[in-house]
Amino acid sequence: MAAKTLTINGKQISAEEGATILQAAEEAGVKIPTLCHLDGVYDVGACRLCLVEVTGVPKLLPACTTKVSEGMEIKTDSEQLQKYRRLTLELLFAERNHVCAVCVANGHCELQTLAYSQGMDHVRYDYCFPKWGVDNTHRLFGMDHNRCILCTRCVRVCWHIEGAGTKNVAGRGSKAKIITDLNMPWGESGSCTNCGKCVQSCPTGALFYKGSTVAEMERDRSRLEFIVTAREKKLWVASD
Amino acid sequence: MDGNMISNLIQIKEQELAARKKIVLRCCMAAGCMSLDAKGVREQLEKAVAEAGLQNEVEVRGVGCMRLCCEGPLVAADPQNTLNIKVTTKNAPSIIAALRDGKTEVSRTDPNSSFFTKQLSIVLANSGVINPERIESYIAADGYHALHEVLHEMTPREAVEALVKSGLRGRGGAGFPTGLKWGTVAKSPGAKKYVICNADEGDPGAFMDRSVLESDPHAVLEGMAIAAYAVGADQGFIYVRAEYPLAIARLQIAIKQAKQLGLLGSGIFESPFNFNVDIRIGAGAFVCGEETALMASVEGKRGTPRPRPPFPAESGLWGSPTLINNVETFANVPPIYRNGADWFAGIGTEKSKGTKVFALAGKIRNTGLIEVPMGTPLRVIVEDMGGGAPDGGKIKAIQTGGPSGGCIPAQYLDTPVDYESLGKLGSIMGSGGMIVMDDTTNMVEIARFFMEFCMDESCGKCVPCRAGTVQMHHLLNNIANRRATARDLAKLEELCDMVKHTSLCGLGQTAPNPVLSTLRFFRNEYEELLQPDPFGPPSNGEVKKQTAAMH
Amino acid sequence: MSFLDLDEFLIELAQKVEIVFSPVVDVKEYPRDVDVCLIEGAICNEDHVEMVHKIRKYTKTVVSFGDCAVTGNVTAIRNQLGLGNRENVLQRAYVEAAQLNPCVPEDKGIVPPLLERVMPVHEMVYVDYYLPGCPPPAARIKSFVTQLLEGKELHLAGAEIKFG
Repeated sequence: MAAKTLTINGKQISAEEGATILQAAEEAGVKIPTLCHLDGVYDVGACRLCLVEVTGVPKLLPACTTKVSEGMEIKTDSEQLQKYRRLTLELLFAERNHVCAVCVANGHCELQTLAYSQGMDHVRYDYCFPKWGVDNTHRLFGMDHNRCILCTRCVRVCWHIEGAGTKNVAGRGSKAKIITDLNMPWGESGSCTNCGKCVQSCPTGALFYKGSTVAEMERDRSRLEFIVTAREKKLWVASD
Repeated sequence: MDGNMISNLIQIKEQELAARKKIVLRCCMAAGCMSLDAKGVREQLEKAVAEAGLQNEVEVRGVGCMRLCCEGPLVAADPQNTLNIKVTTKNAPSIIAALRDGKTEVSRTDPNSSFFTKQLSIVLANSGVINPERIESYIAADGYHALHEVLHEMTPREAVEALVKSGLRGRGGAGFPTGLKWGTVAKSPGAKKYVICNADEGDPGAFMDRSVLESDPHAVLEGMAIAAYAVGADQGFIYVRAEYPLAIARLQIAIKQAKQLGLLGSGIFESPFNFNVDIRIGAGAFVCGEETALMASVEGKRGTPRPRPPFPAESGLWGSPTLINNVETFANVPPIYRNGADWFAGIGTEKSKGTKVFALAGKIRNTGLIEVPMGTPLRVIVEDMGGGAPDGGKIKAIQTGGPSGGCIPAQYLDTPVDYESLGKLGSIMGSGGMIVMDDTTNMVEIARFFMEFCMDESCGKCVPCRAGTVQMHHLLNNIANRRATARDLAKLEELCDMVKHTSLCGLGQTAPNPVLSTLRFFRNEYEELLQPDPFGPPSNGEVKKQTAAMH
Repeated sequence: MSFLDLDEFLIELAQKVEIVFSPVVDVKEYPRDVDVCLIEGAICNEDHVEMVHKIRKYTKTVVSFGDCAVTGNVTAIRNQLGLGNRENVLQRAYVEAAQLNPCVPEDKGIVPPLLERVMPVHEMVYVDYYLPGCPPPAARIKSFVTQLLEGKELHLAGAEIKFG
């Protein structure tokens, strides 16, 4: 495959044709914050945290869905971008009920980690305090909509890796919600295979193993990686 | 139909013209007048004609929109050149009697008033004239002749070139050069290509596309067929919102009739060109007017947008190159080929060619549909044609572009209507909604209204639009209810900037526009509502560094 | 409590600062001309409103100290019940959960009237610095206080501003 040369933050790099800016940056050791991106499933460009500036393009582009091209000049950390990222995180924290202190994912949460790594020390927007429920009907897993950020990782792993198609999005705007099957309790879902990939994929404490308490919910992404590698590269080996 | 198709078209036209009666009563059968029992009026008129024994002299014809919607139901008489307004079923005998002696108690309006004479009809040329439910009526107005000519006289490449030369730009809002778009789709490699007509008109106060579909559906079909030939597509979709049942019904009739005459389907006009059109009905989501969301919806998926590139011209419906144009854009196509690209390019301004249809609404005397040449000053539209604000009010601002647009204050009334001029004022041409506001209008309320609309219509996919519109609406609420400080206004402005630059699709990217434009021209109305902030940051500007960036 | 985890640093600190107001200092009125105030907890009743306004008025540097002050945290969960939840909250606390004499204390000056909504400190007054954490770990407090005492521009970054 042909290689493309481009610059990221002034540093000249080369990337494979067809690679995304995110992949090229990762290879070059440049960290771009992401939230809805998950290795192994297709990208949707929804969280807007990986937006980058590309010289000559008036709009900001999501690194996860934009392919590299020859001579691209990319900036990933301008003051403007940092400000937008912090604002995006503030909006997420204000949107639903993220109470880190009592969350199963405390200490293992990508939202929490992003917040402090992007310098968000408080939220200036009024918290919305919406009323969302918890679906505890499944035998093994729970879903707390209060902590959901609608990244749709669970939906994508369910459709793309497991192929069960149990999880989906219903409603729109701030009322959008992750549902199981035709919006029925998870425990009554006929299509759920109990595989738990959605739980492994969740960046926050929204999906959890039942019985886990504060700060206990750690994810093991290598399990997802294993399946993706097996399918795409026909290699049935665990990554470590 | 077989044999030489063009001769059949001519034959239909001649038959239609020969059957024409001495007097034609045109009854508006578009949604506005229909809601005021235009159907009943038409039936009563037919009855009255029969009772007066005038069946051989008078034709009662259901037609599309006759523009002056605020005075409906409208009934026009040709060749008397009278226009009856606010017609009720009881008026029918009087209207028929007036055909003889000219006297009537039914209210009339002057068809030679500025509202009508300053219009230039290209898109609406057939609207209010032909019967939209009869293909013969369209053919008699030279319908489908352009398609025949394009199929037989032009290569697809020449067809694209002609459109480029015409200078037509997309009428859906952004004003992208249509010829360039056609050329891109034509050049994109792919065995299967699609043409989509975006009829998901959703801006509050906008009803141009609905009127075109209700009044002249065949023009849209013919435009789509020409486009399909030019780009190499064989399948078309019209995506209409479910809230337009009349438009859908007339489209269905039109498609059926066109198929029967072989003007849609296989081997059109005995050429190797095949083209079919199907209707897809929207389920009430504003965001489905965004092209990538629309395509997802056509594919049967949840109607949410996706990042571009790839643009639909490269990868659209089911991954195939797809041309998406708006209703009005397609309706412009047949006249361009019928009269020539130069003719079209001679109308309008240097960069904006042709005409634009506007739905004139709000605090203005004459509300309805107008079509004016590009470059017409706003003042001509609202004062000469619209008749100014009712009840002696003063015009304060004009809102164009719906929730994606902005408010243009009265001091800019001499601005010509074209893409660039409106853009310079922080508004957009948009699809054609034009809402006039008088001096009783509260601009903060306007901003709040549009923000609420965007908040409700956000699909929820990307964070800035989903959560940002909620916070902007909340801040606007607080300002309107005198619960906000200067700090809150600063937060609102910061959010506007962020949502505009980071949202995934046009809905979010333009959602802050009504706030930004009212802030630009009516900032005092916001500031008057702000409360003092005694416990706010120190006024000597001594804000500490760590928090400086955050406040 | 986390403050007490500062251990021997407390002794060092005591030599540099004078604590003029705190739950462990027997002063009823908030004094004037205070240099630094670390505010713990969210604003949830009318007493808090009065107090926080007074603090802002008489203090040079106001610090939101801990997640409750910064975000509302667990104390703000009652907001999820919607506006007008005051009665329910009092009912739950003083009637349903009571073992003896269940009744909502209504006499003035006993339970300060609750606000419609619990809010973080910065929604009410301007805050100079934020020190999140539930609780902020001793090391974080030490780093913060040291920087403050040195009179430098404060800079907290990375995990030092982690919530929870």
